[in-house]
Amino acid sequence: MNRRVIRRLASNFMVGLMVAAVVLAVLPLFFILADLVIKGASSLSWDFFTKMPVPAGETGGGVANAIVGTLIIVGAASVIGLPVGVGAGIYCAEYPASRLTWLTRFVADVLNGTPSIVVGVFAWTWIVARQKHFSALAGSVALALLMVPMVMRTTEEMIKLVPNSLREAALALGYPRWRTSLSVIVRTTMPGIVTGTLLAVARIAGETAPLLFTALGSQYLSFKLNQPMSALPLTVFTYATGPYEEWHRFAWAAALVLILVVFVLGIGARLAIGRSQVSSG
Amino acid sequence: MTTAASAPPAQAGSSRPRVSASLQGVAYGDRAFKLVLTVAAALIPILLGFLLLELWQGSRLAIAKFGLDFVRTSVWDPVAGQFGAFPLIFGTLLSSFLALLIAVPLSLGVAIYLTEFAPKALRQPVAFVIGLLAAIPSVVYGLWGIFVLVPVLRKTVFPLLRSLLGFLPFFSGPIYGPSMLAASIILAIMVMPYIMSVSREVLLAVPNSQREAALALGATRWEAVITAVVPYARSGIMGAVILGLGRALGETMAVTLLIGNRHEIAASLFAPGYTMAAAIANEFTEAATALHFSALTYVALVLFVLTVLVNAGARILIWRVARGSAVGSKAL
Repeated sequence: MNRRVIRRLASNFMVGLMVAAVVLAVLPLFFILADLVIKGASSLSWDFFTKMPVPAGETGGGVANAIVGTLIIVGAASVIGLPVGVGAGIYCAEYPASRLTWLTRFVADVLNGTPSIVVGVFAWTWIVARQKHFSALAGSVALALLMVPMVMRTTEEMIKLVPNSLREAALALGYPRWRTSLSVIVRTTMPGIVTGTLLAVARIAGETAPLLFTALGSQYLSFKLNQPMSALPLTVFTYATGPYEEWHRFAWAAALVLILVVFVLGIGARLAIGRSQVSSG
Repeated sequence: MTTAASAPPAQAGSSRPRVSASLQGVAYGDRAFKLVLTVAAALIPILLGFLLLELWQGSRLAIAKFGLDFVRTSVWDPVAGQFGAFPLIFGTLLSSFLALLIAVPLSLGVAIYLTEFAPKALRQPVAFVIGLLAAIPSVVYGLWGIFVLVPVLRKTVFPLLRSLLGFLPFFSGPIYGPSMLAASIILAIMVMPYIMSVSREVLLAVPNSQREAALALGATRWEAVITAVVPYARSGIMGAVILGLGRALGETMAVTLLIGNRHEIAASLFAPGYTMAAAIANEFTEAATALHFSALTYVALVLFVLTVLVNAGARILIWRVARGSAVGSKAL
């Protein structure tokens, strides 16, 4: 009887420890978000989004160049990475028995675990070292390479969820295979693919390491892909490591904007998948 | 698959010439479609091969000069042209190990609580909130780390640790802000959501009969979990942990900001250190000689090989539990 009480107590004690673990795990998120809002929100203003950075030591200015830069770099990365990722995903789902499918899947998993800084070094040796100057394009290529495996895996998983009867119905109606794939299978899974894409974009939008020695960062507004360009994560890094109080304020504000972008993309992804569940259910 | 799908319509259409002409078009369409997809799929392995080749080419100079001694020697002097990456490799392994030491008990506790004990209404929201931690960019962790975490650690946590455990060499010596321990703590926060979500998926895949059998034998709920559920999921959980390790090894920005960036091996965890990723991030734009670039590329190559090995190990372990399903890759 006594032993049973002890066992019951031990069980409850362990559950208590686990609840403590949950609290400990959630706390950092709470603190990070709170600090971002407290230290960053006060610096957000119209000027912050529309003005260029001012020389060190002066007050005022904004990070418009970094916001534009992030849009361009991430946009170019998506243009490069999306077709490859979606195409490879469709291939792996449509030809599961092929040896190339096995290889591509395996390599995508390897790439997914590759540190982003290594991909940055690759973009440097491949593009920057050959062109002999830093360029936003090299940054986009690095980000695209990080994006491809993510997009590919979600595309493949989503297509695999489509019931075979749908495919059979389309083929039985005389649809050729490619039309079955594109206008029946891919269309059915579109919300899932959009979700995967948004999540991938959200992840690469926050990447700093691959841009450090490719896009490099710049004080000026630039629209040229073959020139150095600023980006929000680079701005956060530069301002955070700088010696000025004003810079630190800007780093917090830029980080707040960055995290809002990432979360909005994440919520968009969730909404897209929610719609697909409604339509398929 | 291809032949099976296109064969029946071909037979049906052979009696009517008009259809068979359009079937030719169908065959071309299908072939073109497959070609485009094949190119996309083949590009991924080709790019990886190209990445390896470029890293190899880039580090040839350093490989020729230092060979494998590169990973065993400790002198890093760009001016004298001497490069040894041992402190970097040591720092990478140590910071990742410490991060796991903190993150594994926490994330397993959360994962077990969420799959076995938590009220149904709490499970999804808590998992979602912790998942948000995975979405925060590395550089934001770094920013928060240097301006919030490090001051707290320097003023309260580190002195406390030193007064309690100062007899150990790891917790003695002068207290710096940015240090091996600070970097490990931020790394722990960063890898926790990965380990948590993968081990949660693995635990969810454990059949209910395991739990029911243990409970029927009179086990308490905790005993059921620890004797029947966790052992069943053991190799999957190991996979989750190693996946977390893979993340920690390559993490760059937050570590660069918090580890103090010093090419040295110190016994004290309060002292600054360095990791491979941080060294590349810091020195690549400042490198002046071809040999320095080459040495940094060599470091990238070593880091790449290390993470590939670690991730391959994790994947094999996860596959053994949830065969075929992409439990691991989804969580990535």
